Amino acid sequence: MSELALTLVRLGFLTLLWAFVLITVLALRRDLRQPAEARPTGRERKPARTARPPKPPKVAKQQKVKGSKIVVIEGPLNGTIIPLGDVQITIGRAPDSTLIIDDDYASSRHARIYPSEGSWVVEDLGSTNGTWIDRTRITSPTVLPVGAPLRVGRTTLQIQK
Amino acid sequence: MSIPVDVMAPVGKGIRKQPSRRNLELVLLIFAWAVGVLGTLQIGWANGVEPNSQLWITTGVVGVLALVMHGMVRWKARYADPFLLPVATLLTILGLVMIYRLDVAATERAVLNGSPSPTPDAYSQLTWFTVAVILFVSVLFLLRDHRILQRYTYTFGFAGLVLLVLPLAPIIGTTVNGATLWVRLGGFSFQPAELAKILLTIFFAGYLVEKRDSLALVRTKFLGIGFPRLKDLGPLIVAWLVSLGVLVFQRDLGTSLLFFGLFVSMLYIATQRRSWLILGGLMFIVGAVLAYFAFGHVRLRVTVWLDPWTYANDDGYQIVQSLFGLANGGILGAGLGQGFPNLVPFANTDFIVAALGEELGVTGLIAMLLLYAILVERGLRAAVSVRDSFGQLLAAGLSITLALQVFVIIGGVTRLIPLTGLTTPFLSYGGSSLIANWIIVALLLRISDRARRPEVTMPSPDEAVTQVVRRV
Repeated sequence: MSELALTLVRLGFLTLLWAFVLITVLALRRDLRQPAEARPTGRERKPARTARPPKPPKVAKQQKVKGSKIVVIEGPLNGTIIPLGDVQITIGRAPDSTLIIDDDYASSRHARIYPSEGSWVVEDLGSTNGTWIDRTRITSPTVLPVGAPLRVGRTTLQIQK
Repeated sequence: MSIPVDVMAPVGKGIRKQPSRRNLELVLLIFAWAVGVLGTLQIGWANGVEPNSQLWITTGVVGVLALVMHGMVRWKARYADPFLLPVATLLTILGLVMIYRLDVAATERAVLNGSPSPTPDAYSQLTWFTVAVILFVSVLFLLRDHRILQRYTYTFGFAGLVLLVLPLAPIIGTTVNGATLWVRLGGFSFQPAELAKILLTIFFAGYLVEKRDSLALVRTKFLGIGFPRLKDLGPLIVAWLVSLGVLVFQRDLGTSLLFFGLFVSMLYIATQRRSWLILGGLMFIVGAVLAYFAFGHVRLRVTVWLDPWTYANDDGYQIVQSLFGLANGGILGAGLGQGFPNLVPFANTDFIVAALGEELGVTGLIAMLLLYAILVERGLRAAVSVRDSFGQLLAAGLSITLALQVFVIIGGVTRLIPLTGLTTPFLSYGGSSLIANWIIVALLLRISDRARRPEVTMPSPDEAVTQVVRRV
């Protein structure tokens, strides 16, 4: 085979190789633009990272609200600690919750905990399975005392000093 | 009591069927096969070898194997990622083409010297590829759900460790070229570390899912980065000692590096704490310095890496020949069948990248690196999209193994880092490596199938209906 033909084949091979790469990358780009729901939001791990309300110490200084942190004491996120500030925290499966619970028994927006008159108040946000303090299901915003077990789905939380 | 949440979801959203894109996969596979055929023909043309029936049968077999895998994916993993299979196939085919090309060179040389022509490696590689495809198909067939693997976390961990130390066993273990990483049983020999790689990744994933909450706890803050508690350092230290053990007793730098790197990266992914990376990096440096001063073979690797030209005729011969090859290849390469890749010792295993770099040039080499990048990206994509944490960690770990291995060996061959003997995934001649990497592809496909399957991926946390629980 002539030198010229061999050179052409050589360049042809490289072109083919690159064509494969480029076609794949183009198709891949389309794949990246696939519906957003194909990419589930919120890894289970995320809560601990995202669950950092800004600057909690402020309140601690003012000694306004009892309890400085909320701790998960049971369930898949056992050990997660969320410092309590002067803003409310939301609990649920929705990715924008403060504490994201990946649990079939929790609702997207399950409950919220907010400070009010020196204590923390829990409010159920219309969840399917309810929010429970110890063994009673709450129906209206209820004060959550320090140390009382708060149950959301399969997760149990507790306010600690 | 459950709220009809679906009503709140935008109409059509979530119900839209994610295309499986199997046809795209088929087209890409045929493309990959065509690249291989052209490469094979080119080698023949350049060396004046007429394409004989044997050659056509071989390329035909490769095509059939690719179709078998594609059919299996269609049948058992319909929604799996469409890019993994063709890209891995193309890499394997490029490897086969290069091994065939080195066979041609070896035969020519034998004819010149008047010695009997050596047994061609391409056919045994093809046999290994067949075995790999059989295992690939079995994994997809038998493993319906990757989460089953999580049940056997510790079994896999134990088996992985046993495989890792198996080459040290008295009768079956074999030392080849100074490294004890082979096991010979009957007529077969294999590198158990390649399989151990997969088993240990499964183990790490299962273990870290269980333990990551305590591993993510922060005790002390230093320079703005939280560091873990002292008692949580145990696993990292164990991984470090095992890696050092592999280095000391098997004299295998590459495997040692791979395992430690894998564990540290997975630890980081599981806990999202940068401190693990810092600690891992520090321990790596300590280990590397220790190894440098304690072991002659490590010191030799570093010396040759820093100044190969002084040792061009003895210890640095291989790397120097490889650099000459790459230089000869230049930008567009010498062309398949037109370079001298056979001058590099072990051109078809450790140095296959040098051989490909010489004949395809930097253009071809970059294309290949992109193929690896796509492979790793797809693996990580599966990790991001799958719902369960075990699957996430497993997919990420498997992709990282691939990435690390590619970096360590190609970095070594191109003299970016000291040379360590690892195989180049999919390209290198060698059964254990090929089989192990195809099992990795099968596992990644299984996980991505789970991740992209409509009924699983459709309900995003926002739209999912909560299950009603009965309180007793």
